[in-house]
Amino acid sequence: MTKSELVEKVVANHKHMTSKEAEYVINEFFHAISLALSEGERVELRGFGSFTTKKREARVGRNPKTGEAVQVPAKVVPHFKPGKELREKVDGNC
Amino acid sequence: MTKAEIANIIHERIGFSKKESAQLVETVLEEIKQALIDGEDVKLSGFGHFMLREKHARRGRNPKTGQDITIEPRRVVTFRASQLLKNNLLDDAE
Repeated sequence: MTKSELVEKVVANHKHMTSKEAEYVINEFFHAISLALSEGERVELRGFGSFTTKKREARVGRNPKTGEAVQVPAKVVPHFKPGKELREKVDGNC
Repeated sequence: MTKAEIANIIHERIGFSKKESAQLVETVLEEIKQALIDGEDVKLSGFGHFMLREKHARRGRNPKTGQDITIEPRRVVTFRASQLLKNNLLDDAE
């Protein structure tokens, strides 16, 4: 499923809504999550999962092409942990 | 951040009623969840991809009792953040 397919699904559930409006909602939704994460906040979506950030220490990496050692700076990366309900339902369908 | 806070942002920024904004948050999450349960990956450009991975059975150990157990094959959800989301975290962290 892509974002535009998700837009269609939202319109199907909220019949009076235009796809343009549904698109705004979806963009705002993920923008809000992104913003909260960039402020170091945890985003907990009950029944779905939670988004958090994790710190990565600076390390010495290697350019795989040239073999040259490069300094990789410390960074913060997003992380998603599926909630119990999502985890169980996704696995139950195998 | 919780679902209620995201609903409030949608209410304030797009102007849907509080009730409808809350329903929209549920719809978005439900539709993503349903696609994953149906075995479909969900690709949200600018945010990230929710992908399904099939895990093989492996031998594990109950850390409490030390007993050997077999971990059954299972299907799990993983999230790969888009470059855009990763960059958002880095820009704000500095």
